[in-house]
Amino acid sequence: MNDSVTLILSYLSSANFLRAAGMTLALTVCSMLLGMLIGLIVALLQERRNRLVRALVMLYLWLFRGTPVLLQIIFIFNVLPNFGILLSGFTSGVIALALNEGAYMAEIYRSGLQSVGARQRTAGYALGMRGWQVMRYVVLPQAMKVVIPPTGNQFMGMLKNSALVSVIAVEELLLVADQTASANFRYLESLTAAAVYYLIMTTLFMLIQQLIEQRFKTQRSQEAPRSWSQRFLRMTRA
Amino acid sequence: MKTDTVSLLDIQRLNKSFGDKPVLKNVDVNVEQGKTLVIVGPSGSGKSTLLRCMNLLEPIESGVITFEGRDIATPEARREAWRFRQEMAMVFQHFELFPHLSVIDNIMLAPVKIKGVPKAQARQKALELLERVRIPDKANAWPEELSGGQQQRVAIARALAMEPRVMLFDEPTSALDPEMIKEVLDVMTELSDQGMTSVVVTHEMSFARRAAHRVVFMADGEVVENLPTDQFFGGEVKPRTRQFLDQILH
Ligand SMILES: Nc1ncnc2c1ncn2[C@@H]1O[C@H](COP(=O)(O)OP(=O)(O)OP(=O)(O)O)[C@@H](O)[C@H]1O
Ligand SMILES: [Mg+2]
Repeated sequence: MNDSVTLILSYLSSANFLRAAGMTLALTVCSMLLGMLIGLIVALLQERRNRLVRALVMLYLWLFRGTPVLLQIIFIFNVLPNFGILLSGFTSGVIALALNEGAYMAEIYRSGLQSVGARQRTAGYALGMRGWQVMRYVVLPQAMKVVIPPTGNQFMGMLKNSALVSVIAVEELLLVADQTASANFRYLESLTAAAVYYLIMTTLFMLIQQLIEQRFKTQRSQEAPRSWSQRFLRMTRA
Repeated sequence: MKTDTVSLLDIQRLNKSFGDKPVLKNVDVNVEQGKTLVIVGPSGSGKSTLLRCMNLLEPIESGVITFEGRDIATPEARREAWRFRQEMAMVFQHFELFPHLSVIDNIMLAPVKIKGVPKAQARQKALELLERVRIPDKANAWPEELSGGQQQRVAIARALAMEPRVMLFDEPTSALDPEMIKEVLDVMTELSDQGMTSVVVTHEMSFARRAAHRVVFMADGEVVENLPTDQFFGGEVKPRTRQFLDQILH
């Protein structure tokens, strides 16, 4: 028992695990930021009336929501080279995760955009705003409040999904933990060390999410939807 | 009293349908510089639609909308609708303040972001406008903290901040509790007295009597009556108008 604790502690402070955790964090943040950008573009495109644009958007959503992320990761890593596109494991992983995430973020943004009614938009137009200005100054700031809580949840989901890129040999937390254990069969210790890192990072995300939500909470009566982390933090405080 | 009449906004033979339902039929309305035009009529007669057409918020089937001597209903002009809208402010039944911005930021948003007015100058002006609509102490409040009457006065200040040539009011007091109607009408009356060109859709006949230079009565998408205020309320009117007036005044 004592021996296990010592080993876990040594894993936690090892350069290998620390580097792997850094890789997991980098994968998560890069994929998420790119995914949010893709999602926003897709959500804005969906507002367009153009049939072709809408059809392309539907095709994208259908493909990326209808197939496993794991397949998407392996596909981008192994099939794109056939077309002369050579990407590192990290880049392939980020692209696959981001494209997948974009399909879900689009839906989140869409519900945010729809939460701002036509009359508010009209008020913007009546002040002499152009379409993009109405979006920028009237719709998006209000949509943000609806969008932030589920986005935080997606961030945490991404942290866990990033473990999937271990299949294309990206040295992230789970792969390193697994490799370490397969050398000495101390699965309990190495997986526990990995779990501790994951928990530290999810907790960190929750705190950041909380800060951002506070910043956007300008009104008091109109409660934004409560996120999981908000409830969690409230519980720990009580 | 009336000297030369300069037309600021002139609507001619305006036709507008929603689907195959005609909502405005050959409407002619003329808004003179510095005057207040009140539009009355039963629900569904097309009053809001007419205001939205004036502001190019609705496409039209046919007709001419002349603003400051220029036809703004042409496809080319429509592409720059935002330009004209900066000079035609609108006040809505449900205020439509931006809930994510404080009162002062609601008023400053368009001047600063759309017109490029320096912030300090826009703030100064916003504070003056709040003074003018008689809520100088609410600059830093959030819209939701205000009563309906206060919100509507902020909406008027927000509209005035763009220094429009004409103000379009669509039933600005219809969503208000009775005790707040007066404070909004007082502000509007003052604007009218100061020579702000206004088009006001309202059911407040006392306001029409006091502030309007002309009154238009609409029914079923048509202009039934278009008379100077004293004639509208005192003189010979068509039976359809009489019927409406009798209903609303008793
Ligand atoms: N966006 C729309 N789509 C379809 N029909 C509409 C639309 N807006 C208005 N209408 C119809 O057009 C007609 C005129 O409506 P409008 O809102 O202009 O009337 P109004 O005189 O302002 O009435 P109210 O006093 O109730 O505000 C009504 O029959 C209404 O149902
Ligand atoms: Mg109306």
